[in-house]
Amino acid sequence: MGHKGPSFLMALPAVLFFGIFALIPLFGVVVISFMEWNVLGSPTWVGLSNWQAVLFDRPFTWTALGLTITFVIGSYLFQAPVALLLGVFMAGQQRYRALLAVLYFLPLLFSSVAVGLTFQSLFSPNYGLSAALPFDWLPNDWLANSDLVMWVMIFVVGWCFVPFHGLLYQAGVRQIPQSMYEAATIDGAGRVRQFFSITIPQLRYTIITSSTLMLVGSLTYFDLIFVLTGGQPANAVRILPLDMYVTGFSSYNLGYASVIAVILVAIGLTLSLALNIISGSSKMESDKAGA
Amino acid sequence: MRRTTRVAAAGLGVTSLLALSACGGDDNGGGGGDADADAWILTGGGWPAIQEDFDRWNEANEDAQIDTEAIENDSYKGQIRTAVGSGEAPTLIMSWTGGALLEYAEEERIVDLSEHTGELESRVFDSVWQNGQVDDSTYAVPLNDVQPVVMYYNQSVFDEAGVEIPETWEDVEAAIDTFNENDVAPFSLAGGSVWPALMWLQYLTDRHGGEEVFQAVVEGEEGAWDNESILFALETMQDLGENGGFIDTYNSVTADQNEDAQLLADGQAAMLLQGSWVYSTIHQDFPEFAESGDFGFTSFPTLEDGAGDPSNIVGNPANFWSVSADASEEEQQIAFDYISENLYNEETVTSMLEAGSLPPLSDIEDQIAETDDADFLEFSSGLVGEANHFQLSWDQAVAPEVAQPLTDNLSQILRGDMAPEQFVEAMNSL
Repeated sequence: MGHKGPSFLMALPAVLFFGIFALIPLFGVVVISFMEWNVLGSPTWVGLSNWQAVLFDRPFTWTALGLTITFVIGSYLFQAPVALLLGVFMAGQQRYRALLAVLYFLPLLFSSVAVGLTFQSLFSPNYGLSAALPFDWLPNDWLANSDLVMWVMIFVVGWCFVPFHGLLYQAGVRQIPQSMYEAATIDGAGRVRQFFSITIPQLRYTIITSSTLMLVGSLTYFDLIFVLTGGQPANAVRILPLDMYVTGFSSYNLGYASVIAVILVAIGLTLSLALNIISGSSKMESDKAGA
Repeated sequence: MRRTTRVAAAGLGVTSLLALSACGGDDNGGGGGDADADAWILTGGGWPAIQEDFDRWNEANEDAQIDTEAIENDSYKGQIRTAVGSGEAPTLIMSWTGGALLEYAEEERIVDLSEHTGELESRVFDSVWQNGQVDDSTYAVPLNDVQPVVMYYNQSVFDEAGVEIPETWEDVEAAIDTFNENDVAPFSLAGGSVWPALMWLQYLTDRHGGEEVFQAVVEGEEGAWDNESILFALETMQDLGENGGFIDTYNSVTADQNEDAQLLADGQAAMLLQGSWVYSTIHQDFPEFAESGDFGFTSFPTLEDGAGDPSNIVGNPANFWSVSADASEEEQQIAFDYISENLYNEETVTSMLEAGSLPPLSDIEDQIAETDDADFLEFSSGLVGEANHFQLSWDQAVAPEVAQPLTDNLSQILRGDMAPEQFVEAMNSL
């Protein structure tokens, strides 16, 4: 066909940016993962011993990986359905929809530190919601009970990110041609049937995008968990990103922390590649009517 | 005890998560070519007074300028270490002494200040000054207020239950029973933040076995954690947790938003063991309680047959300045002059006292007496002045890589997930 893409020059800013802020640091982290370094002295080469130690002599790495998986799956199961339903709702024509959409959107605008502090107050058994509302099940050590805290985190983090994904779905739903729904109505399909037979299939690529962002995003999630718990109680929510931070910047073991970082990068890349392949989005093509 | 009044803000400094790449450190470090010395200070707390002090110095000394930059507490701890490690440290290096200072000195990143302290040594309380010594040389000098840990109480709660302020541990045990009968928590404790619990561990260990117990840990003596006094302290804490000593929700209470102080102010708890900064927190956040006449403070109770000196205190002796070995001679000279001529000058001392904070100086009694907070400042000054030993917070005193496991394990003690024997074993194995 002889079609030539845009010249490399046009991609240069993006390539430079990616190189300087992603590839070079990544390379640095890989190098440090083979070194012993407490930040203060000079790094010394130790070969594979950090890897050996983190992977085999440190049981917590596997615990943290397990926690991370729980967190990622839990977050996905919570965020995906809620965001999808919210997006579909926001794309509709109901009364007050615009007003409600603004309200739903709010959490996305708050800084995670502010959100963290607010939830910390709300969860306080002495002064929080439990003191204000008359439910027997409310007073609980929400943040201090090591069996509960993971679910609390999934909820709070979900609360922050659902609006963003809702927005994606809203945009996706609005792209679906109205004619499809009209045709379905003529064929006698009800609302639920329309949702499953038109909305969901049409949202396929939005679902893939949103799922990738959710999964990889929660895999590397850090802020709120750090602010709300610091990984305590009993390290019950010390997922890998937090573990990396604590190991690197509280215990000053940059070698171990870099190994954890490299592991995270590897899992993240694998995950998004796998999602791409499974979904066949490498040959992503428009399935919009008329396109 | 990190004096992180707001762990929250830490999140801000920390979002640069993969900051591994930031190893070059901040570029306005001291290694540069200009003649100005520089210093990093912290944000919040009493630090604006230090900033003003630098401003006055810069105004008066055209040719010896010191540039300052204010950094948030937790963020500072990471940045300063990176900067010192890469030779890019500011001329004046601030630390909490302890393990970090020891490492700086061993790595020869800071210079011996023994000849450059002017009259400071004779003015500063000895128990505070000691913390800046490494091998009998002065490597750091205090720069701000002293922060002993004291026992705060709510007098109205004591009156209602008909209990006297406890002076000995026996009194404490009797008081716990009475308070429990009256459905009031004897002690508020921010166990969720863990570091306030470290204060308990420190005081109980010191009262039981004296300062030598922890000194052995600091000096790296083999198996030093396995000590009957440390075990006693851990057992006592677990007992307080299980048997109604601490407020029953103590694992959920955090210090970030001063919930522990609020419980005292509300009368939900009778006493609170916390740092001296909580005095001003209570005045700011709970003024009604602060001015009700019920807000009191006293020293940690004595232990009847304990081997420790009851005058011993724990806390943060102060923040300290050291001078970077990587700075140019010119920059170092500016820093020496600042330390010997300017630290704790009259104006700065006055503004500290007005803010309710206590410089660790022995020659300011008259000034203290004139302040609004004279009661509290005289009390703390007395504590610090008479202290045989001032124990630096353990998480600062130990090597930085030991601080995190110490916090993690103590958290398990508080939750009852770990027995005292397991704690000492875990700490010894580090």
